[in-house]
Amino acid sequence: MSSYPWAPGFIDDAHRPRIVTSRFQYEDGYTLERYLATGGYAGLRSALSRTSAQVLDEVKAATVLGRGGAGFPAGTKWGLTPAGVWPRYLVVNGDESEPGTYKDRLLMERDPHQLIEGCLIACYAAGLSQCFLYIRGEMALAQERVATALNEAYAAGYIGRSILGSHFSVDIVLHWGAGAYVVGEETALIESLEGNRGMPRLKPPYFPAAVGLYGKPTIVNNVETLANLPWLLTHSAAEYTAIGTETSPGTRMVAVSGHVRRPGVYEIINGTTTFRDLLYGDEFCQGIRGGRQLKAFVPGGGSAPWFLPDQLDLPFEAKVVSAAGSMLGSGAVIVMDETTDIPAAALTLTRFYAHESCGKCVPCREGATWLERILERVVAGRGTARDLDQLLEVGATICPGAFPHASSAGQGIEAVPFPYRMTTICFVGPSAYVPVHSALTLFRDEFEARLIKRKLIPVSAGVADDHG
Amino acid sequence: MSRLNDANEVLAKEIIARYPKPRSAIIPLLHVSQQQNGYITHEAIAHIAELVGATSAEVLGTCTFYEMFKMHPVGKYLINICSTMSCALMGAEQLIEHAEHKLGIKVGGTTPDGLFTLERAECQAACTEAPCLQANYRYRYRVTHEQLDRFLDDLAEGLLDGEIPPHGVLAQVRQSIPVDRAVGAVPPDDVEGAPRWMAT
Repeated sequence: MSSYPWAPGFIDDAHRPRIVTSRFQYEDGYTLERYLATGGYAGLRSALSRTSAQVLDEVKAATVLGRGGAGFPAGTKWGLTPAGVWPRYLVVNGDESEPGTYKDRLLMERDPHQLIEGCLIACYAAGLSQCFLYIRGEMALAQERVATALNEAYAAGYIGRSILGSHFSVDIVLHWGAGAYVVGEETALIESLEGNRGMPRLKPPYFPAAVGLYGKPTIVNNVETLANLPWLLTHSAAEYTAIGTETSPGTRMVAVSGHVRRPGVYEIINGTTTFRDLLYGDEFCQGIRGGRQLKAFVPGGGSAPWFLPDQLDLPFEAKVVSAAGSMLGSGAVIVMDETTDIPAAALTLTRFYAHESCGKCVPCREGATWLERILERVVAGRGTARDLDQLLEVGATICPGAFPHASSAGQGIEAVPFPYRMTTICFVGPSAYVPVHSALTLFRDEFEARLIKRKLIPVSAGVADDHG
Repeated sequence: MSRLNDANEVLAKEIIARYPKPRSAIIPLLHVSQQQNGYITHEAIAHIAELVGATSAEVLGTCTFYEMFKMHPVGKYLINICSTMSCALMGAEQLIEHAEHKLGIKVGGTTPDGLFTLERAECQAACTEAPCLQANYRYRYRVTHEQLDRFLDDLAEGLLDGEIPPHGVLAQVRQSIPVDRAVGAVPPDDVEGAPRWMAT
């Protein structure tokens, strides 16, 4: 349950720094009135009092890590636009749909002006002359709240021509998605925004910052990443980096779902908070439901290799987690207790990615479907030992070579660090393999116990010499 | 006859003008058309193609990629029950089975009275509130079997008409950019040089 009925899932009863969720406590936190009464648009004013280059330096100094999955620092990303090439665009990735992830929707529903202000600061700093706010189609309330906020902000002079009487002018256009997970991949997002099927683009070029929307330099940033900027500009990079660790400064929103006592969305301190704090801490999830044992957990959204209780003491620090065989991804922890049917749980994720494959790369289109079908057969008790090997063989066509997984002291398994190699353009294909590989590596006995039990069923009473 | 009506054509032109290239408006316009008719018709696709300067085949190609666009009529209420991992761990499969039983249809089916279409959905970004569902993309959280029964009854009786509009109506608030505030979209190749604030 939430601390506040109007913010489903958001739990806030601890004294931690609030960078992006500070207005969730107000029922009317989404209105311009409340936003202005709580320091809103002061970050924009602060930015406009400096040069673009100074704002860019401030954001670079703060190392605002991308919150969408890859964790690439925002300031560095903005700096990748080629010199002298115009126009440049901002595309906001509000297509949140990674399994387990629930934070951007809250930010859009509960504090849309904070996101808008973040967009304006980014446009000012990086010279982006138009902003497209791409919101997932299935999020009707987020669409409505952001539309209302944009209308209010235009009327009040925060968006559009000569913002707050300055030389800074930018339009923010609200764009509706229409249901496709793969569109969360930044080049697919751009394709979708150009009116096409949302298929990722061939790489290179690797970064839309060089070649993006309409072939022009384009910055694609996640909602939460941008929501950090108003605070950063009203405070300072020094205050921002004073929270968290040197390599993972600030806070981040994490959704914990599954078998915990208090599933919810928390704004945690980056870098220092551990998974044990989050799953068992009093101010967080307060342990596993019914006092049961933890079996496994997904540390960073459905695309992340699974962790065991062995990894509970790892902090939310990208390098540590990737060395341990997984990734922090999009801030989503999914918890499985001892009652969980592991092969069936893996199937729910593999089915997701198989369903969401766009069909562009053969290893994903065919491989993910194979993985789903074979796994379905095994879960239904009709699998053979050959099927288990085949799962790994199909996976190897999507991700050749060593595949990352966690260590298990009990089973004598050593970790293989993240990332993997891949034969596909984007991460959908590998992600279909992640749950299969994690489950099969760490819980092989559960699969073997499911294999088909052959029983002799004679077709007739016939025997070899019975022809009389 | 299922082309965009006059009011929606005006709206369509307003939306198109926001983008540096008209084709970027294809998805928003498909939503406008689905709002008008409840689903996407081939006439609407041809009309959108005319408006954005694409072929019907191109618009159809885009349309069929996206889950939300229905090429055939669906129920007044599209019930999407999430069955991805977080919801599955909290009983989504049982909830789907219960909904099938309650509505007398299988996943993918529509009730004979045209009120409900039932779908198995993928992650809806409400993972801490599992199991969750959406009716025409409006959420219900931590849904028990009893709550589902009551919810479907309330929908059928029209008790939730204010909160949950018929299928096709997405956001009930639209962005509207005031003419005197708009910077205006410029075709990308017509832009020369850095924006004004970068030069100073």
